[in-house]
Formats: sequence, structure tokens, C-alpha cells
Amino acid sequence: MNTDAEDILSTAGQWVAEGETVVLATVVETWGSSPRPAGSRLAVTASGKMAGSVSGGCIEGAVADAAREVMASGTPRVLTFGVTNERAWEVGLACGGTVSVFVEKLG
Amino acid sequence: MTPTLFQALQAARKAKRPVLLATRLSDGAQALVGTDGAHGANLPEAVVAAARTALADDVARTVESEGARWFLHPHNPPLRLIVVGAVHIAQALAPMAPPLGFAVTVIDPRRFFATDERFPGVTLDTRWPDEAMAELKPDSRSAVVTLTHDPKLDDPALDAALRSDAFYIGALGSRRTHAARLARLTELGHSREALARIRGPIGLAIEAETAPEIALAIMAEIVAVRRRAPLVSPAREAA
Repeated sequence: MNTDAEDILSTAGQWVAEGETVVLATVVETWGSSPRPAGSRLAVTASGKMAGSVSGGCIEGAVADAAREVMASGTPRVLTFGVTNERAWEVGLACGGTVSVFVEKLG
Repeated sequence: MTPTLFQALQAARKAKRPVLLATRLSDGAQALVGTDGAHGANLPEAVVAAARTALADDVARTVESEGARWFLHPHNPPLRLIVVGAVHIAQALAPMAPPLGFAVTVIDPRRFFATDERFPGVTLDTRWPDEAMAELKPDSRSAVVTLTHDPKLDDPALDAALRSDAFYIGALGSRRTHAARLARLTELGHSREALARIRGPIGLAIEAETAPEIALAIMAEIVAVRRRAPLVSPAREAA
């Protein structure tokens, strides 16, 4: 039996095994109120599959955009979203917190 | 993450070996650190020390070392939920626990209760609770819940749980049943302070009536204790 329904790593690994290009996004730091703690993961594929989350849904779209760049370049990057960040204002982190996300290609 | 590192991480998780993934945020350089600090990479000593602490705390965090920021991401084995009594409430509890990060074992020597049909996909242990508990060895990442109402089954399990580091011990039963239970456990040599670890009546007070409601109350209490939510302790409530 699967002991962790939030086992994003195994889902991501399965996708890689199926030949998908997969990017992992991981919350590395949060300030103020933010819905998901450090260590929370989101996996996205080139084909548009998604598992897990790095926020309450506010920044997943922007992270998925960045993921496409990481898929192409293979270079990991850190994204920061929050009220002090222009981009985040657009994206809208409704909780008013700030969150830093590490985005990397898997495999 | 390189395929080699990913495989090593998944292998450690599969073997239920605690391991920490350290990532240098400036360039994505990564290494795995074990509980003993072994990492087979060129990591600054301060990062290794912080990694071991993060693993023990089971909390992901970032640290600065030699001008670089590192993300320390612990991957500990699942928490464990040991349920004594393959009863109706256990049937409701067993599927709730895995999404919350708990691996479940249900102990019940009464084979007409402990069937795969009643517990699809759940690990069942049909030994007597004292025998099963001696082998399962609950630790500080384990919760123990007794649901049988039968002292022959519940008491040996509670006795073993009290002698362990289990972070949660709960026993189903009314206040009266619980008082009688505490008296029996006192005779087994457990002190008043030790017995205060047992949460009984079990579960958060949400006026639960049905089996799934009671299971929810129990699971919520386990999460609350794990996350150190301010709860009125059973001992204080009784005082």
C-alpha cells in the first residue's frame, strides 16, 4: 500500500520512466503566511501533467511557465514570489506571504 | 537532480532509511546526507552538521555556509500508526492515515475480524498484541491506538506502548472504562505520570458518533499531538 498519497517524487519518477520530461519545484523558504511549508513539491511534465503543490494554487501557473524554461535549458533556478516582487503582484499570492521555490529538471 | 542521485534517494526512501537531500541554491549542486553524516560529496562541515539536525528535527530549512545558501530537505520514513483491534472504527481509520503520512499496521489475533476483505491493502498482524508490539517496537515516530474494549487485547498493547517512546497513545472507551483501565495498568507498575500519556477517551471532542467520525477525531488528535498543537492534556482535564 502506498503510505503517502503526497509522494510526489514517486509520481515524478514514474513519469520519467514513461519517457516524460519532468521538472520538480520545491518550496525552499517562506516568509509570513504561506500555504505550503518548505519541502512541499510540485512536479510538472512537458506534456502538461501536474502533481503536488507549492502554494494554494496562486503561483503554480507561473512556476509551470518557469519549469518550461528549465526543461529547455536544464539549468536549475530559484524563483521568489511575494508582495515585494512585481511578478508576484501580477501572479497574486493572495495570502500576502513570500515564498522561494527551487526549480530543477529531474533526471 | 541527476538520475543517479534520484535513484539513491528513492532507494533510501524505499528501504525506510532516513536521508537528507542538500541542495546548493546558487547552482543546484546536490548531495544526500545520512543520519551519521555520511555524504560522499564535498560538503562544508557546517552544512553536514545542520543537515543532521534538520533530519533529526524532521524540518526542511535553508542555511548559509561559506557564502552559499543550502536547502536541507529531510526525507524520513513514514510515521507509523499501530492499531489494536480490527474493528469497524479501524476500518475507517486505516484508509485515512496513509495520506497523512502514516504507515498503518492493524493488530488483532481474532481472525474473523482481521481479514483482507475487511482491510484491503492494509498490513494485518494476527499475533497477540504483546508479541506483535515486541516486534513492531513503536518509536518516537509511532502512534499507538487501542480499539478493542477488551482488556485481554488492549492492556498488553498499552503496557508495551507505555514502555516505548511512542509520541501518541490513545485508548477507546468511556471515562468509566478508562478509569478501570488505568487502575489495571497501575497494578502493572505504571506511574500516574506515565499513564497521563494515554489519551482517553480517545480523539478530539467533535461529538463523533459514527465510525468514520470517531476515526476522524482520533486522526485529528494524532496530527495535533504530532504538530504540537495546544491541546488540553487528559491529565489536566481530569484534575
